[in-house]
Amino acid sequence: MIPRHWIISIAVMLAVALGMSVYAWKMRSRVKQAETPAEYAQPVAAPVQGPTEQVTLYVAYDDAGLLRAQSASIPLPAGRQERAQELLRALLKLYMDKSSSHALAPGSEIRDVYLVDPGLAVIDVNDAFADGHRSGILVEELTVASLVQTLATGIPGINRVKVLVGGRERETLAGHVDLSGFYDVSAVGQMVAELQR
Amino acid sequence: MRWSSQRIRRAALVVGFCVAVLFAFVLGVSGFADEKRLSVYSGSANYSLTVVEKNGTDYVGLFEILQPLGSVNSRSDGRVWRLNFNNVESEFTPGKTRARIRGQGFDLPTNFLLENGRGLVPLSSLPTLMQRYLGTPVNFHESSRRLFIGNSAVHFTAQVNKTNPPTLVMNFTSPVNPMIATEPGKLRMVFTREALVPSGSQTLTFDNPAIPSAVFLENNGAVEIAVNGQVPLFASFSNEGRTITITPTSQAQLSQNQLSQNQVAQNQASQNSFTQPTIPPGISGRQAPSGTAVSAVGPSPEQYFVVVDASHGGDERGAALSDQMAEKDVTLAFGLRLRQQLQGHGITTLVLREGDAAMSLDQRANMTNAARPAIYICLHASSQGAGVRLYTALLPVGSDGHGPFLDWNTAQAGFRIASQTAQSSLAAEFGKRQLTVRSLLAPLRPLNNITAAAVAIEIAPQTGKLSDLNSPAYQQLVAESVTAGIEAVRNQLGGAR
Repeated sequence: MIPRHWIISIAVMLAVALGMSVYAWKMRSRVKQAETPAEYAQPVAAPVQGPTEQVTLYVAYDDAGLLRAQSASIPLPAGRQERAQELLRALLKLYMDKSSSHALAPGSEIRDVYLVDPGLAVIDVNDAFADGHRSGILVEELTVASLVQTLATGIPGINRVKVLVGGRERETLAGHVDLSGFYDVSAVGQMVAELQR
Repeated sequence: MRWSSQRIRRAALVVGFCVAVLFAFVLGVSGFADEKRLSVYSGSANYSLTVVEKNGTDYVGLFEILQPLGSVNSRSDGRVWRLNFNNVESEFTPGKTRARIRGQGFDLPTNFLLENGRGLVPLSSLPTLMQRYLGTPVNFHESSRRLFIGNSAVHFTAQVNKTNPPTLVMNFTSPVNPMIATEPGKLRMVFTREALVPSGSQTLTFDNPAIPSAVFLENNGAVEIAVNGQVPLFASFSNEGRTITITPTSQAQLSQNQLSQNQVAQNQASQNSFTQPTIPPGISGRQAPSGTAVSAVGPSPEQYFVVVDASHGGDERGAALSDQMAEKDVTLAFGLRLRQQLQGHGITTLVLREGDAAMSLDQRANMTNAARPAIYICLHASSQGAGVRLYTALLPVGSDGHGPFLDWNTAQAGFRIASQTAQSSLAAEFGKRQLTVRSLLAPLRPLNNITAAAVAIEIAPQTGKLSDLNSPAYQQLVAESVTAGIEAVRNQLGGAR
């Protein structure tokens, strides 16, 4: 006859194995969901409520190949990092509009903006942003100049900007404009000056 | 202005600190330059240790040499220093030659030394010591301080293929990653971590005038293979680091021609004393693309030499201008037409890509810098906008500083004015031909890595019709404009550098 403590041990182990299998199955499904491109269509953050502020957005116009400073009134949170994120999300909202002057790919999002002292900002866009971006020097340059200049103007103290795609470094945005290095805000200022005339 | 005693004391402290730092730096640099190294190669680890000289004899720390190879601990009771390596007990007596390993006594060539708890053994005792500890054969190249444990040696073969241009192919039994440097008449590869051993003779001779020989040299824990060439050489890696292919750069063709006329050697020596940007690790490790183009002739010092880079290629198609039209094809067509136009005006031209070959941005920059042109023209095509857009490199503000080495990412900084001169000249010529033109800065690689005047041209349809890009008339108009623009700055940019 099998001793009682053996039966109890085997039963407990079976129960644990079963429980872990169910847990692993659920985790797998969750990971699969996270990888689905449908995620792009979901809003990344809840809309910000509160008093609006006047900000300057540097908006790209493909027809003329220009970057134009444009005032906008948007609700901004108090935190510096949150303000940076909202600023760029407001810019993207313009580009995602049907009548956009510089259309970006469907599902393009700003995942996060990190402000790293001293003076470094990291913009993390999602994969859809870069994967679906139109390829060409000017069109890519307008996008990067628009993001960097809007951020540097709206959040004082930023002097370098790094652009990541999906949390990782990429060589280029869409085959042309370099994303492997850091953008010097002063140099981008010179580039923007040329893109405005 | 009167200085208080506190300020004077503070200033004196700062000056003293600076002098101390400078002194330490000079000492460190000179010490490092003269530092003797021992390299150890085993199946599990390759590493390097500092050798210390005591009473005219080279010593090395026994604990440090055994540590990467297994479990080691040591203790000292003041009279005897005991070391246990993988359960092998040993005893050494400071100031004595007598030692015991595995219970067996033996004599060191000179006294064992104990310094701050660190046991030092003479370098020449290593073969015997290591063999007793490890129980495996040990081969020690004492003059070069390289210790091979077991079957760790890496062998290689070297052969020159009599192609045009000739290539030296070196195959290694394990992946290698040497530091590569070029100088007039030589390409040096320094192997610091690889257990490389010579394949027979230390001097390899090849029956080829462009790459006549290579010399294998062991020294101070490292190996150097110096490939002698009558022309500038370029190394590329393949087969996961097991193969190094050394080919003449674009100048090779010229040099070969000159060789046959017995007049090249001195020209090359005078041409090649230049500062190359420091190249990030891994660049040399990329395989040269098949189908990479080299023009029929390269420049002589007084020639005006242009590199034309048809961007993209291979799997990297660039922008999809239409369903059938890829950017890589349009840039190639423009590039070939531009070369024809430039050469028609007596301007020597190298097109980096003549076929549908993939090339990395680093490779493009590397080849261009090695060819040392007066101007680098990078061609792109776009369906957006109209006419042409001329770009120079976007560089960080204040990156103009020059030292003995150029930073790879801002190598263009010293050529910014030359690039702007070329850009203005091209813009003027496009304008004369009624082509819409715009001059801009762009964060576009490899412009920032180029050590010459460098301009990227993005060609868009002139009339808004995409078919313009394939139109021979439009291509000719663009090529003529670029040629005229390049000709116009011949005096400012000079000949090949």
